[in-house]
Amino acid sequence: MAKTIQEINEKIKKGQGVVVTAEEIIEIVEKKGIEQAAKEVDVVTTGTFGPMCSSGAYFNFGHTRPKLKAGGGYAYLNGVPAYAGWAAVDLSIGANALPADDPRNKIHPGEFAYGGGHVIEDLVAGRDVRLQVEAYGTDCYPRRHLDTWINIKDLNEAVLFNPRNAYQNYNVAVNLSDKTIYTYLGVLKPNLGNANYCSAGQLSPLLNDPYYKTVGIGTRVWLGGGEGYVVWQGTQHNPGALRLSNGVPKRPAGTLALIGDLKQMNPKWIKGVSFVGYGASLNVGIGIPIPVLNQEILKHAAVKDEEIMAPVVDYSEAYPQGKSDVLGEVNYAQLKSGAIEVKGKKVPTSGFSSYKNAREIAVELKEKIKKGKFLLSEKVADLPSGEAAPKFRPFKERPVKEEK
Amino acid sequence: MASRKIVLTFPKEKIDKPIVYKLIKEYNLVFNIMKASITPDQEGHMVLELSGESSEIERGIKYLKDQGVRIQPLSKEIKVNWDKCTQCGACVSICPTEALYIKDRKTMEVAFDPEKCIACELCIRPCPPRAIEVHF
Repeated sequence: MAKTIQEINEKIKKGQGVVVTAEEIIEIVEKKGIEQAAKEVDVVTTGTFGPMCSSGAYFNFGHTRPKLKAGGGYAYLNGVPAYAGWAAVDLSIGANALPADDPRNKIHPGEFAYGGGHVIEDLVAGRDVRLQVEAYGTDCYPRRHLDTWINIKDLNEAVLFNPRNAYQNYNVAVNLSDKTIYTYLGVLKPNLGNANYCSAGQLSPLLNDPYYKTVGIGTRVWLGGGEGYVVWQGTQHNPGALRLSNGVPKRPAGTLALIGDLKQMNPKWIKGVSFVGYGASLNVGIGIPIPVLNQEILKHAAVKDEEIMAPVVDYSEAYPQGKSDVLGEVNYAQLKSGAIEVKGKKVPTSGFSSYKNAREIAVELKEKIKKGKFLLSEKVADLPSGEAAPKFRPFKERPVKEEK
Repeated sequence: MASRKIVLTFPKEKIDKPIVYKLIKEYNLVFNIMKASITPDQEGHMVLELSGESSEIERGIKYLKDQGVRIQPLSKEIKVNWDKCTQCGACVSICPTEALYIKDRKTMEVAFDPEKCIACELCIRPCPPRAIEVHF
């Protein structure tokens, strides 16, 4: 029997919604079967918490007296350059931004102790952040300098806006070379010394809705502890990636662009991180509810780690050179067991997406829905998928010839 | 049974003398070499974990001192700041002694066993939230 989101919301409002996590649903389906479980369960909650480099924030800090136009000038937040290409007092900052005086990889591997992700965490945590602006001055905005403390509570709007989050599956990174390498998937020891992965597997939002049947533009999500929305497909959204017969992509595939009120968020779920030798980033916590509208949706949401495969990729050669070579495929149950086999060698694994925190998010969202504090939204447009989706393109370089 | 972690500094003229093996032979001590760097004609350093009867450990350390080996307690301690830890597990495959480990493969909770830690500090920089601290 098919249900509608409206019907599910009516039950939630009455406190009667049956909500379980994407982990709990596995056992329920195993015990009761798809048909019965689809009748009983209304919502499956997913969760993920990991480094998501394409994340950022924008805010409006209010007009000074006399007025100042940061737009077109230069702005810094705790020494980290912010983007000042908007109007007078709107600024944005990306998670990877670094202070001008950060030595980066000059002494390799660099530390990247503080960057844009840390600024966003400081704002969320309610810590004072130093704002410096160099403006050029106009007749209507005469002021040229500003050096002040700001706090999120005094900002007009503070918004988290992430162009690419919640990757539907990801590579498992290894190192075939004979020296240690430093990547966004961590420190990789030489000669297959370790294997690092980054997905919540069976709890990960888009792995539970592989064809984006319920998640789409307009979907209300749990973002960083507050409420947010899917605003678009994420950058590099690639629904045409290779898939298993169960529909689950076995390569990095779909992505989401998300937005949410930074003022509602919690620093536990919005956390600045540093990747030695690579850069600064932001850990983002996301939870997405999947309404059980029919048996097919439930079947996908009951996916388990054993049924999700990820590619093992060499980050010393294949990845940096843009080659599509894959060393093999492993499933998330194997990755979570602590070791996988690559080229006949037993390789210890580490996760970069926290499964423990993904679980906590799925439970927190479940409780919120059960209490009637989080209603499901109808998507207003589909994410691109199938044949209609644009092809994912690599860069086509057209070098500019120097004039003689 | 007691156990103690100590740092040994060998003067360069003692480098080629067999010394440490006597801890087993004469004092019934079990030792675990946690770190060793011995180069001919230079001072040598070694971090040992000694286990055995308390009185034997004392006698063993006195013997080492009599041989001209300088002894210091291993005072470096690694601590995990759990408020900062994001529970990712990046440290787990880096840690050579499994002091940082996954407590339960169902919940994937990251845990730390200070008893197994040899203070090698390999985990410090790979930790994305920099939650692992060295205390002196």
